[in-house]
Amino acid sequence: MLAFFLKRLASLVFTMLVVSALVFAAFEFTPGQVATKVLGPFSTQDQRDRLMEELGLNRPVYERYIEWLGNVLTGDLGYSTLYKLPVNDIIWDRLGNTLILASLAFAVMVPLSILFGISAGMREGSKLDRTISVASIVTTSVPEFASGVFLASIFVIGLGWLPGTAPLDSGAGWPIALQLVLPVAVIVLYDLGYVVRMVRASMVEVMTRPYIRTAILKGLTFRDVIMKHALRNAMIAPFTVILLQINYMITGVVVVEAVFAYPGFGRMLLDSALAQDVATVQAASLFAVLVSVCTQIAGDLGYMMLNPRIRFS
Amino acid sequence: MAMSDTAGSISRTWARVRLLRESPVGIIGALLVAFWVLVAIFAPVISPYDPNSNDMDALIDPGPTAAHWFGADMQGRDILSRVIWGSRTVLTVAPVAVAVAYAIGSLLGLLAGYYRGWVDNLINRVSDIILSFPAIVLYIIVIMRFGPSALNIILAVIFIASPQIMRIVRGMTLELREREYIAAAKMRGESALYIMFVEILPNARGPLIVDACLRMGYTTIAIGVLGFLGLGLPPPDPDWGGMVKDSYALMSIYPHMSLFPAAAITSLVVGFSLLADGMREISMRD
Repeated sequence: MLAFFLKRLASLVFTMLVVSALVFAAFEFTPGQVATKVLGPFSTQDQRDRLMEELGLNRPVYERYIEWLGNVLTGDLGYSTLYKLPVNDIIWDRLGNTLILASLAFAVMVPLSILFGISAGMREGSKLDRTISVASIVTTSVPEFASGVFLASIFVIGLGWLPGTAPLDSGAGWPIALQLVLPVAVIVLYDLGYVVRMVRASMVEVMTRPYIRTAILKGLTFRDVIMKHALRNAMIAPFTVILLQINYMITGVVVVEAVFAYPGFGRMLLDSALAQDVATVQAASLFAVLVSVCTQIAGDLGYMMLNPRIRFS
Repeated sequence: MAMSDTAGSISRTWARVRLLRESPVGIIGALLVAFWVLVAIFAPVISPYDPNSNDMDALIDPGPTAAHWFGADMQGRDILSRVIWGSRTVLTVAPVAVAVAYAIGSLLGLLAGYYRGWVDNLINRVSDIILSFPAIVLYIIVIMRFGPSALNIILAVIFIASPQIMRIVRGMTLELREREYIAAAKMRGESALYIMFVEILPNARGPLIVDACLRMGYTTIAIGVLGFLGLGLPPPDPDWGGMVKDSYALMSIYPHMSLFPAAAITSLVVGFSLLADGMREISMRD
């Protein structure tokens, strides 16, 4: 177990190193371009040369990469040209806001997907199964920005029950709890279907196992068979899938935050990308990849803990 | 011999198409997709206006009227025409991207699964790194670095989808390479390429066709999302995501401007997903 953990940790470090090099290289403009961008097209060659030297851009690429990496590792994420602040001063608040959004979405999605997945999978091919399966295909097929439009036209414009934006301040007079309803609903709607199908598939498979047949034949009620025997075993495989949703959720969060003007990490990534704010995009990309790789490892570890056959072999 | 083989596979394909009749969900999906394909093909014929021409009179009341069934946008452009032409954008970008991603992903998957060893290791390592990026981060970096254009969107989709397809094909190759007909082909002295492309790939087609159909849906979503985020095609050419972006802030006054393109992209993606489900059901039956 420890050996496995260390091996995954080493692969995490390796992946992050390569990813950081890629993220750095992606924005490695030919240095002259940077000077022209900063000084404008009418600057003289002499001015450009001087700026390049000031910025240290005439040093070789690998030297600058190592310096940048050293800065990132010591917590200096660079200066945001969009927000006119060090990236460190913005990114943590934004991450906190996104964490609130994502954990609420998770807290709603996980129980719902287990409920629907188990109900569909316990009797394969039944009417309930077909209804849940088709509904989950349809909800997963609605792009987040489209479901944002549909939900907003019903609940914001039609009924006037909810606000159309979630800036997390009380500016427009809506309580923050109500502001969060639609963003959470859009994320859940999009992600739910996929997890439901995974839970269902796992449940269908468990229901064909001999120990379920034994449990039914020895006269247990269907309820007991499901609750005591099937449920636990059916949750092992989807566990990893549920954790991997965090990777998809990062994408969803960017879109949802753009739809509802939510001051989160995803919106920061998008705004800084649109403003060509390289330092912020680099820092945000590294964070996004780090989160996604860590959840993969957490998924593997959790899978081992849940499944005794792997744990003890 | 070769002739009867082809005839056999055509009649088998037909049998599958006819089987689709037994899956109502699959039929609905097929009809939705067919509808949008026809709309895209006949866009110049059925579109009532030029999608980029401005009708200033429509600006007085941009809502749906007899002259503009779906209404007009803030620049007086006919929304019905823009929705119709927008289908062309999606239905050229998505198939091209998915097809090229399949070509690359299948080749890499076959190589990794067939040769195993260091080839497999190398291909897997590189894919793991690409897959460790959340898709949106890669899209944003690629578009920000190389600029928004149809070609760059296609390249970004290929970059992200190829490793995912590689994994599926690799998994199936690992399983199929142990079959007797592969051993027989090796005994006959067939080349490795022949075995990969003539013996293994065609036998993996069932799940791959279902995945390709699903992937068309995901790619449609990705194109829409990029358009909505302002990273899509440069204006003025219509794309559904971009249409929603331009009008979303005005939703409380003119909801029609966002609703029609949102409904268009939703119906196309639902079509692809339902069609994929219908095909999966059929492929499980035989």
